[in-house]
Amino acid sequence: MTDRTSQLELEQHEKTFLDSNELIINMGPQHPATHGVLRVILKLDGEKVLGTECVIGYLHRGVEKIAEHRTYTMFNPYVDRMDYVAAVSNGLGYCEAVEKLLNVEAPPRAKYIRVILTELNRLASHMLWLGTHALDIGAITPLFYTFRDREEVLKIFEKYCGARLTTHAFRIGGCVYETYEGFEREVKKFIDFVTPKIDEYEELLTTNRIWVERTKNVGRISAKECIALGVTGPVLRASGVKWDLRKAQPYAAYSELDFEIPVGQNGDTYDRYIVRMREMRQSLRIIEQAVGKIPDGPIMAKVPKVIKPPVGEIYHSIEAPKGELGYFIVSDGSTQPYRVRVRPPSFVNLQALDMMVRGQLVADVIAVIGTLDIVLGEVDR
Amino acid sequence: MVSRLKGRHGSGIREANSYLGQKYIVVDSSLIPELLQVLWDQELFDYCVDITAVHYPDREKQFDVVWILYSFTNNERIRVKAMFADGESVPSAVPIWPAANWLEREVYDMFGIRFEGHPDLKRILLPEGWKGHPLRKDYGIIQQDQEWVQINLGIESGQ
Repeated sequence: MTDRTSQLELEQHEKTFLDSNELIINMGPQHPATHGVLRVILKLDGEKVLGTECVIGYLHRGVEKIAEHRTYTMFNPYVDRMDYVAAVSNGLGYCEAVEKLLNVEAPPRAKYIRVILTELNRLASHMLWLGTHALDIGAITPLFYTFRDREEVLKIFEKYCGARLTTHAFRIGGCVYETYEGFEREVKKFIDFVTPKIDEYEELLTTNRIWVERTKNVGRISAKECIALGVTGPVLRASGVKWDLRKAQPYAAYSELDFEIPVGQNGDTYDRYIVRMREMRQSLRIIEQAVGKIPDGPIMAKVPKVIKPPVGEIYHSIEAPKGELGYFIVSDGSTQPYRVRVRPPSFVNLQALDMMVRGQLVADVIAVIGTLDIVLGEVDR
Repeated sequence: MVSRLKGRHGSGIREANSYLGQKYIVVDSSLIPELLQVLWDQELFDYCVDITAVHYPDREKQFDVVWILYSFTNNERIRVKAMFADGESVPSAVPIWPAANWLEREVYDMFGIRFEGHPDLKRILLPEGWKGHPLRKDYGIIQQDQEWVQINLGIESGQ
């Protein structure tokens, strides 16, 4: 027996197998539907879930500890490795937090470039979510469609900064790369390309009877429960709370752009699907406006070569594709942060899994893990 | 709000200020359970964003425990900070915000700070039985629990 044996497993030994109606099943950490290395211990009565316990940490790399031993600039690429399907969002949150601590502001052009890339990344993240979520539930086709279209986003990233996944696109104080020749044209072309594709995904799923049966009323969570559990992002919005940090506490150039916050009503897996689909369309709307309005000018603020923020603390958070991504940084006036705390949306959202699947079927656990849209790199850090 | 809190708790509130436009209050550790309850009840901070800690090994009270709260009603954030000595337990916020459950477990895992009244306080990211708390300043960046690695992974060293 390993040290990782948890309470639930121990309870199993108290009863003999045949006497008991309860069955304890281990799912993961190597399991195709856990989106990485998540281990869930399920307590079952037949097909019904009585309780769950998540065992996490398999991907723990000690990002917060590393931060204390790197300079502010050196730590910047590390944040991309947390939520690796939305690396640009991670970078934006970190750069903006350090900028606040330094009391500098990125120039307007840099802010617009940031918005365009972050929203493109939100699309890529949502596409990856849709493909894998649908695959988990048994629809294989959307995976091929979404990966085909996500590729177009990655191509833009590659042309912009050379990397496809862990982009390190932004620097403290702005952006380091100017947009390439024809950037605006290519982004516009992408919008024209992807808009009908989103319709195509919806044609496959929105009214598909199997999809509806598998997602409606599955993993319901109310607005009150979401808030109590600290759940944010599309999951919170699907429960009917119209709250998005891009509107509530705008950062970058979001206050100058017009978009809506899609909300759901039932807080079930189907509503979360609808909310994310509508968010993708809103992201396209934001990108289109930003590309049209992008101002000329410098892309880097005046930032000293050696970044040494004054003594103090800052908490800055942004609306990442998964929810509220926050950075709490304590500076002691040296070139290295004294403490960096990352408030990961996936970690906090995963906490709601137990509440959402109690009383449901085993197959629904898969659907709920998918709908929470967790990335284990961010859960474990 | 600050004046309301000061009126109620008086000298327990050591500092109430804002830095770079962000409000924070530093309070006596004895005031924490009551203050968190008041912030939830009366000041409508219904969302517990984060709980974390900072280690200052040279201080007598080594740890700063930080609660970051948000109010949906007022679209407002606040940071509450209190100092705790090594070995001293911190009142758990789980009865107020269930979200605090995993956050407190992480603080315990990383710093070894115990939370009084937590329903199931155990390690979360590191394996049970691991020795040491990595985010303490006296824990080296390449330090590991070699014994655990050897027994459980069957290799000489994880380095």
